[in-house]
Amino acid sequence: MSEKVLELNQDLFEKLPDEEKNSEFITVESKTFFKDTWDRFKKNKLALFGLVFIIAMILSAIFVPIFSKYGYEAQDMMNRNALPSLEHWFGTDKLGRDIFVRVMYGARISLMIGFSTALINLVIGVVYGGISGYVGGRVDMIMMRIIDIIYAVPTLLYVVLILLIFGNNIGSMMLAICLTSWITMARQVRAQILSLKQQEFALAARVIGASDSRILLKHLVVNALGPIIVCETMMVPSAIFTESFLSFVGIGLDPTIPSWGKLANDCRPLIFTYPIQIIWPIAAICLTVLSLNFIGDGIGEALQTKKGRE
Amino acid sequence: MLKYIVKRLLVGIVTLFILATIVFFGVKAMPGNPFAKQDKFMSPEAYAALERKYGLDKPLTEQYVIYMNNVLHGDFGESISKKGQTVADIIALRAPVTAKLGVIAFFISIGVGLLFGIISALTKKRWVNSLITTLATIGVSVPSFLLAMLAMILFGVKLGWLPLVGLSSWKHYVLPSIALSLSSISMITRLSRSSLRDVMNEDYITLARSKGTKELWVVIKHGLKNALIPVITYSGPMFAGLVTGSLVIETLFSVPGIGAEFTQSITNRDYTLVMGLTIFFGALVIVMNLVSDIVAAIVDPRIKLGK
Repeated sequence: MSEKVLELNQDLFEKLPDEEKNSEFITVESKTFFKDTWDRFKKNKLALFGLVFIIAMILSAIFVPIFSKYGYEAQDMMNRNALPSLEHWFGTDKLGRDIFVRVMYGARISLMIGFSTALINLVIGVVYGGISGYVGGRVDMIMMRIIDIIYAVPTLLYVVLILLIFGNNIGSMMLAICLTSWITMARQVRAQILSLKQQEFALAARVIGASDSRILLKHLVVNALGPIIVCETMMVPSAIFTESFLSFVGIGLDPTIPSWGKLANDCRPLIFTYPIQIIWPIAAICLTVLSLNFIGDGIGEALQTKKGRE
Repeated sequence: MLKYIVKRLLVGIVTLFILATIVFFGVKAMPGNPFAKQDKFMSPEAYAALERKYGLDKPLTEQYVIYMNNVLHGDFGESISKKGQTVADIIALRAPVTAKLGVIAFFISIGVGLLFGIISALTKKRWVNSLITTLATIGVSVPSFLLAMLAMILFGVKLGWLPLVGLSSWKHYVLPSIALSLSSISMITRLSRSSLRDVMNEDYITLARSKGTKELWVVIKHGLKNALIPVITYSGPMFAGLVTGSLVIETLFSVPGIGAEFTQSITNRDYTLVMGLTIFFGALVIVMNLVSDIVAAIVDPRIKLGK
């Protein structure tokens, strides 16, 4: 042990330069959850392309039929089966109707069916899956058995039956698609809720005395939002697919409604003579469905890296 | 195991029963009647006779009991649009065509999908991997009937290599079976790729390698055997996909199978045929799902059934 006492004087100290004063503060810009996700989403080129394409498609679905000089049923008899030109961007069909306008009109129907069924599924799926996962026990068992039973039969059979019973209009098509597709959402939500409700914050909320519905909606569902959003994005293309599939075979929507599947079906007999006509609706369906899938994958990846980092 | 199978079978039977009930009352709830289309000037007597023939004059609950009883005995009734043919006859006539196409598509899916999956999981070349992944993404997300349509235009119309309609030679099977299997090929590629990748990182693979086992043998015996389980589990839903796919593919290529018959019966509003075929399809899918689950459990003892 040394007896020597360290003498402290002014010389031993040095003033801290200004720039080092804040070294312990976090200098990275603080981001909200959505900003963070969006930044990662932006890096995914395919997903970004998908988003741009879908927005463009929605805008043109709204505005092209309003501003175009051709109606979707207007016939130009002098100009039948015309090839693409400045006058008719995608050409005309066998009745001289402008294909560009028809495809955009079809976009209205297909996108409407896709997005509204996804929205309905979101509500039903979250409520059903949430209750099933949160309450648990016997209620959960019964609710899941009901789902098993509905799910065992292919969607297509339900759709066909509903269309037969309620007529082939857009409403019954949406009802029919919703009938089975909410199940995927409900299962996803249930699985999330089951694991989330075991966590401390749920217990904390309960200790404070929050009501069940508040815990479920404000705490559990909000934390399960990531997988829910991914699942939701994937539902849109599958609804569009089902509709176009059925209309294409000729058992879907009413023949007067020009959905994409119906347009492709109209052009089917002409593939030997005018194969170009069928390319447009096919391209519209393919690109839309692909774009939506890219967006879904993109969101999924953007949210998962978050998980990986923690 | 046995308990699980019995339980699943019971759920399956309940499902079928509910499906048949929905189908029955759904069809009955439809506006109009099946004879109106045939003859607008039918006399009341003839109409009554027809109703009696099909048992439509009885009260609804009695009709329901009769129908269910008949279905239990394999009798789905007589087709309305095709006189003299029972639904069972039509199924017996058309099902083999669909089955043949389905089996071909099934093996194409498994074979090609596994091949792509293995190549993509094991290759060191990045472009091979990204090519296969891109193709698989397109195959999963783009509806197969649209790809089929494009293939028809390319190979049938532009190049003229393959016939488009009918089923008289092996060439006729090429396009429909490939079109039918496209989406399941992609699914199996994705599944086997990701599961083989996971498996190849397991300790027992390293062990097998360090013992000096040949790489090919490691992949086949230790890798593939374990990576196959998700593929087997998927084969049930895949079967459902092939059944649904057959509706459009058969209509598109004019294949006289049960899928084309189904779409036709809907267009014709042939209610008995629609009812019969719906129940038939439903039963098929339920049984196939059960079989694939059981097979997966036999292959992989780690799977706990009934959970």
